[in-house]
Amino acid sequence: MSDNDQQLRVSKIRNGTVIDHIAGGQALNVLAILGIDGTSGDSVSVAMNMPSDRLGHKDVVKVEGRELSQDEVDVLSLIAPAATINIIRDYDVIEKRRVERPAVVEGVLECPNHNCITTEDEPVASRFAVGDDGVRCEYCDTIIRDNLPAHILAE
Amino acid sequence: MRHDHIISAKQLSRGDIETVLDHAADIAADPGAFADRHSDTLLGMLFFEPSTRTKMSFTTAMKRLGGDIVDMGSVESSSVKKGESLADTVRVVEGYTDALVLRHPMEGSAKMASEFVDVPLVNAGDGAGQHPTQTLLDLYTIRENAGFDDLTIGIMGDLKYGRTVHSLAHALTTVDARQHFISPESLQLPRSVRYDLHEAGAGIREHTELDEVLPELDVLYVTRIQAERFPDESEYREVAGQYQIDAETLEAAKDDLTVMHPLPRVDEIAHDVDETTHAKYFQQAHNGVPVRMALLDLMLGGDQ
Repeated sequence: MSDNDQQLRVSKIRNGTVIDHIAGGQALNVLAILGIDGTSGDSVSVAMNMPSDRLGHKDVVKVEGRELSQDEVDVLSLIAPAATINIIRDYDVIEKRRVERPAVVEGVLECPNHNCITTEDEPVASRFAVGDDGVRCEYCDTIIRDNLPAHILAE
Repeated sequence: MRHDHIISAKQLSRGDIETVLDHAADIAADPGAFADRHSDTLLGMLFFEPSTRTKMSFTTAMKRLGGDIVDMGSVESSSVKKGESLADTVRVVEGYTDALVLRHPMEGSAKMASEFVDVPLVNAGDGAGQHPTQTLLDLYTIRENAGFDDLTIGIMGDLKYGRTVHSLAHALTTVDARQHFISPESLQLPRSVRYDLHEAGAGIREHTELDEVLPELDVLYVTRIQAERFPDESEYREVAGQYQIDAETLEAAKDDLTVMHPLPRVDEIAHDVDETTHAKYFQQAHNGVPVRMALLDLMLGGDQ
């Protein structure tokens, strides 16, 4: 089966964004990073652990009524580096994008060092420099190499 | 210097370090010549943790340059007790003073605070993070006694939480020192510091016993192992006891070994070491004044 057939398992969207080729099991973390929790009222479709030629298993997320910017999708590179982004208008794909690894991610991850100033009630967002094999807190220097999804900030 | 804020030793190049140390040497040679240098300057002192040496030497340094200090006092007597954020505190105090000195128990506090102020801010210790002015006075003491050429240094004690160690180790990469780290396994260098040293191309070796490397060392930098890092008192005593030195220990060292300690010491350096020619830790503490005078003078525009 082709990827196109798989996408049909959840309904097509008219306007919005399709995030495809998310590593299997990471769709809910993708939504968490993007701050999409369903409260806006727009339709959100999630398909998890679909067979994929490229990834073995993949997740797909479709967000109706919202076009994600490149900056928004780039943070997804931390947990879904193979993700592809399709911007949809009137049922047509008008733009395809790939996630690019950003130099810095801000307000996305929580520093695991409980003695880091960003974990306090201060007017500052967490900020991590993104390296080849991990991310590093720009305030306390703590390095996170493994299991980044566990450090996604709860809204 | 090109830095408005002094947050981490990592921002200091070899050139920056030499500039501060040369200026400190000029000041130490003729302190009177700098007495009126900053007569209209007020330095804001924000110490959220106890400090004796750092706070007193910054105070002395500012006064010896002709200026004065404004001290927040203890946390218990300040608005912090009412729940004021650090960001608010520094924004208020910058309006009273020309520069700020901050000590705070949390890592990253100085960097965050510096993002909220326009006056120069100096990190005087942020949790287990960095303590760059201690590093400058350590380097001054090392240069005076052992020099930077072909330097072999041993750094011993609590390498995990010791902020003076984290700052010093990074700065020593700028002079290409050979660094030996001696500690119990549970208190070895944190991953981030190790990563930075590796990136800087530093030659580092790690040991659990001082005996292995003592005869090679030009400088032995001893730090305190704190009881609160261990689950119980008996384990602390057993571990800490292995990292104490006395005059007898140093018989295996080079005659011109320099022994340093950021102080306060508890019992990691026995008092009989004080009487040997190796002991430089009081000289090191005294160097805090000319080095901090130099840094303040340069930050406040003394090089123009």
